[in-house]
Amino acid sequence: MMQRRTLLTAGPVALAATMGLAACGSGASGSNDQPDSLTYWASNQGQSLEDDKKILTPVLEKFTKDTGIKVSLEVIGWNDLQTRIQTAITSGQGPDVVNIGNTWGVSLQATGGLLELGDEEMKALGGKDRYVDAALATGGEAGSNPSSVPLYGLAYGLYYNTKMFEKAGLEPPKTWEDMVAAAKELTDEKKGVWGMSLAAGSYTENNHFAFINAVQNGAALNTKDAKPSFTSDGVVDGVLRYLDLMQTDKVVNPSNAQFDNGTKSVTAFANGKAAMIINQNNANATIEANGMKPEDFAAIPFPAPKDAKSECASHLAGINMAIMDATKNRDGALQFVKYMTSEDAQKELGKPFAALPVLKDGKPTFTDDTEQADMFMEVYSERAEPLPLVPWEDQFETSVGQAMNDMFAKIATGGKISRGDVKKALQTAQDSIRA
Amino acid sequence: MTSTTAPPSQTTENEEPQAAPPAPRRRRTWFPYLILLPALVLELLIHIVPMVTGFWMSFVELTKFFIRRWTEAPFVGLENYSIAVDINTPVGQGLLNSFLVTLAFTLLVVGISWGLGMAAAVALQRSFRGRAIFRTLFLIPYALPLYAAVITWNFMLQRDTGVVNHVLVDQLHVMDSAPFWLIGGKAFTSVVVVAIWRMWPFAFLMFMAGLQSIPEELYEASALDGASPLRQWRNVTLPMLGAVNRTLLLVMFLWVFNDFNTPYVLFGTAQPAAGDLISFHIYNASFLSWDFGTGSAMSVLLLAFLLIVTLVYLFITQRKEKRNA
Amino acid sequence: MRETNGEKIFRVVVLVVLTVFVVVPLYVMATTSLKPLGDVQSSFSWIPSKLTIQPFIEMWSTVPLARYFMNSLIVTVVATGFSVMVAILAAYAVSRWRFRGRGPFMTTVLSTQMFPGVLFLLPLYIIFVNIDTSFGVPLVGTRLGLIITYLTFSLPFSIWMLAGYFDGIPRELDDAGKVDGASNLGILLRIILPAARPGIVAVAIYAFMTAWGEVLFASVMTTETSRTLAVGLRQYATQTNVYWNQILAASLVVSVPVVVGFLLLQKNFVAGLTAGAVK
Repeated sequence: MMQRRTLLTAGPVALAATMGLAACGSGASGSNDQPDSLTYWASNQGQSLEDDKKILTPVLEKFTKDTGIKVSLEVIGWNDLQTRIQTAITSGQGPDVVNIGNTWGVSLQATGGLLELGDEEMKALGGKDRYVDAALATGGEAGSNPSSVPLYGLAYGLYYNTKMFEKAGLEPPKTWEDMVAAAKELTDEKKGVWGMSLAAGSYTENNHFAFINAVQNGAALNTKDAKPSFTSDGVVDGVLRYLDLMQTDKVVNPSNAQFDNGTKSVTAFANGKAAMIINQNNANATIEANGMKPEDFAAIPFPAPKDAKSECASHLAGINMAIMDATKNRDGALQFVKYMTSEDAQKELGKPFAALPVLKDGKPTFTDDTEQADMFMEVYSERAEPLPLVPWEDQFETSVGQAMNDMFAKIATGGKISRGDVKKALQTAQDSIRA
Repeated sequence: MTSTTAPPSQTTENEEPQAAPPAPRRRRTWFPYLILLPALVLELLIHIVPMVTGFWMSFVELTKFFIRRWTEAPFVGLENYSIAVDINTPVGQGLLNSFLVTLAFTLLVVGISWGLGMAAAVALQRSFRGRAIFRTLFLIPYALPLYAAVITWNFMLQRDTGVVNHVLVDQLHVMDSAPFWLIGGKAFTSVVVVAIWRMWPFAFLMFMAGLQSIPEELYEASALDGASPLRQWRNVTLPMLGAVNRTLLLVMFLWVFNDFNTPYVLFGTAQPAAGDLISFHIYNASFLSWDFGTGSAMSVLLLAFLLIVTLVYLFITQRKEKRNA
Repeated sequence: MRETNGEKIFRVVVLVVLTVFVVVPLYVMATTSLKPLGDVQSSFSWIPSKLTIQPFIEMWSTVPLARYFMNSLIVTVVATGFSVMVAILAAYAVSRWRFRGRGPFMTTVLSTQMFPGVLFLLPLYIIFVNIDTSFGVPLVGTRLGLIITYLTFSLPFSIWMLAGYFDGIPRELDDAGKVDGASNLGILLRIILPAARPGIVAVAIYAFMTAWGEVLFASVMTTETSRTLAVGLRQYATQTNVYWNQILAASLVVSVPVVVGFLLLQKNFVAGLTAGAVK
């Protein structure tokens, strides 16, 4: 009874207020109302948010000197970035320029919250042809204008501890089978040393390996008409192969099921608790920060099984840069993106952020080890495939990634995951996608 | 507006007769409205209007394709609700699982916190040397900022470096191999224990406040009748704490059922199904899946459930009160 | 009355069990914050092999803890102050006048206590943005926005508790004041408030703790410059290393002001509850 009276009194007022507010929705794309300043949300690429700030500040100051446009920078951790971008898109208020994980490129394009980069905008950025084609392709659905351009390129590699390999008389593995054999050889549970370390509790890492292993098996995650397809044999076997590193091969410490970000496996590697890790090429700094010398580790392409249908060794990873559709400094934002993807800025930032160049004639600067640099460049340009360029890609990441978290958790706590379980979990993930 | 500023002093509004009511204040009837205004404006701004907006969101398709122009999102009627409650789909199943987990979580946390709070309050009812120390100590978990407490528990529950496994495996040898507390099935136990650690001191605090108002004579009288301490507790303490109990159980139920922070801080992004509490579940359904329509529908269902429980609870307790009166 | 043996055993058992339950996490927090990182990363030990205050020094530079601390302090103190003022006024109205809409007001306010935060998080954000763009009041990502949000969060319980407390203050005192020619406001200031001090302290403590510990809204509604401790502490975990000793040192430091404050004032809190909520 009292409840009804409550609604009667509060309802109309509230409704009226909502309507009033609703009327102030946001309007057309980009304006130039505030030409003197920009807000930039950068993703966390370096050792810490504070580090990133220190690295970016001089680069931004130079831009201000050149153009007179002040850039206010905020570095946002990966945990918060997606929510922050969502609220910014919904409300039309937020930064002018933002970094996004390139796998979200199409999903975020679909929101309409990012400025479409048509011919005119592309010209302002110096032309489409500057960028590595495959990297630029992550900026939008096939056949559409992109809404983000590549900023930093990244690729997976298999890092291994050279001393451990030498001591055991092992060669760096060229196939998945070799990798497992070496891992078994190097696993010494009593000493707390394991063949491999995985970020098995991180859905953002796990979903990448669902994809890479599936591609190695010749399978795709989407049908020709861009619908999700997670349950083909290739995908199921690929996921199971990855899970089996912990389950049947027993070369991964079950504790890794709690590793909820990649850094934890890197730390385990650097501390000599694991002989190998699969990580993107920005691991060097973290490994060295944990006290490992550069000559004590090396990186090779993440190997595929002997009978693999594809030699895919990584997804096409990296960071894209986008302009918000609601920006009040459209021209300034374009200038800024052009500047950040210029040769100079790329060279300057490539090293501290361990980024691969996204420009066609760019040279990698992230390491002095030319062998390693060439290897990653080769993986990035020849053996990397983009994650599905479809609007539901972000949902793939969470649903499949979480499913793999759960399966790893089950394995770690003594459960058994059969092929049928994997298929069922992937079916559930597929059904949960509202495309 | 008529000037009906009769002088009330009762909390409940439906009884009039008062012994010798003082002369009603007739001047300035707008005064109560004036001083109520700040509270009213804030409540409207922060609670009511967003709530109504959230209610509206549950009837539109608010996926990533529409959030940019959310005012123009297509009206889909009850579709979001049918998605949320269809237990043949993963979404519905997930919600049902989460609801059941939350229900079990709430019953355990409220029940055990009640028991511990009561036990501590009764144990500290008599004055003895050191009583004040215990009283102070027991209130610390409640005073600690939530995230500080939960982060500490997260550390204690780590598999390889945590104190819990150190005690269970290394010291007491209750278990052979170190179990996981933050993933898999045991995550439920963990979140329950952490929530109890935070919640029971509140029950203790409320009971302590209530016990202070029980006259000593009641115990003396019942002791003369030869009642055992247990009987005294049942016949004197418990009835005298009736009012406290009524409020406490409801407040704890609402807090615990809506608890977002504990699982959020304890589990981070790696949410285990066994610790998937409903607020946390809805947060992920909204923000991770970019489906604010369905997320809002789930929240509205949650609110409806809480409302029904609350109304039934109030109805029952008030009837009981009247009968006893 | 004499205490029976049964009661004594009950008391000892209860106190021992609960003391262990309460103290272990506090002990772990305190000792871990004094251990070097290497010790924290290996198997747990009850007695630290080596004590160091390094974590308490390093924690300030690993993340900008001082700034988060200031933000939390400003937001919490201001929100608490205003929340108490607004609650006092509303409770005075509810307790001393039977105006039209009084019942619905109280029911609505109390029912907001069961609103799930997730449901109105995004709408609230959108509303703040609209106010910001329409009226130029900077509510988005600022401390002001958080202050307004937090002060409202503690209002329902505060109004309800204070109204109960005010009800317990005899109306004859009001009337005496009126005879002396005091205005409504004068009665509130000179008669009600002094008599209601424990209730007000209780409400202030509640408001302070609500604001100091809030996580969900802080994670969405703050930016780097306005970030509070609740969100800021999470950043220790995203570093190249999980600095558990620093995390727990920081947790300890942010807990001390609240815990000490609460414990100093807890008598008032209990008294306030007894008179207000518990009656």
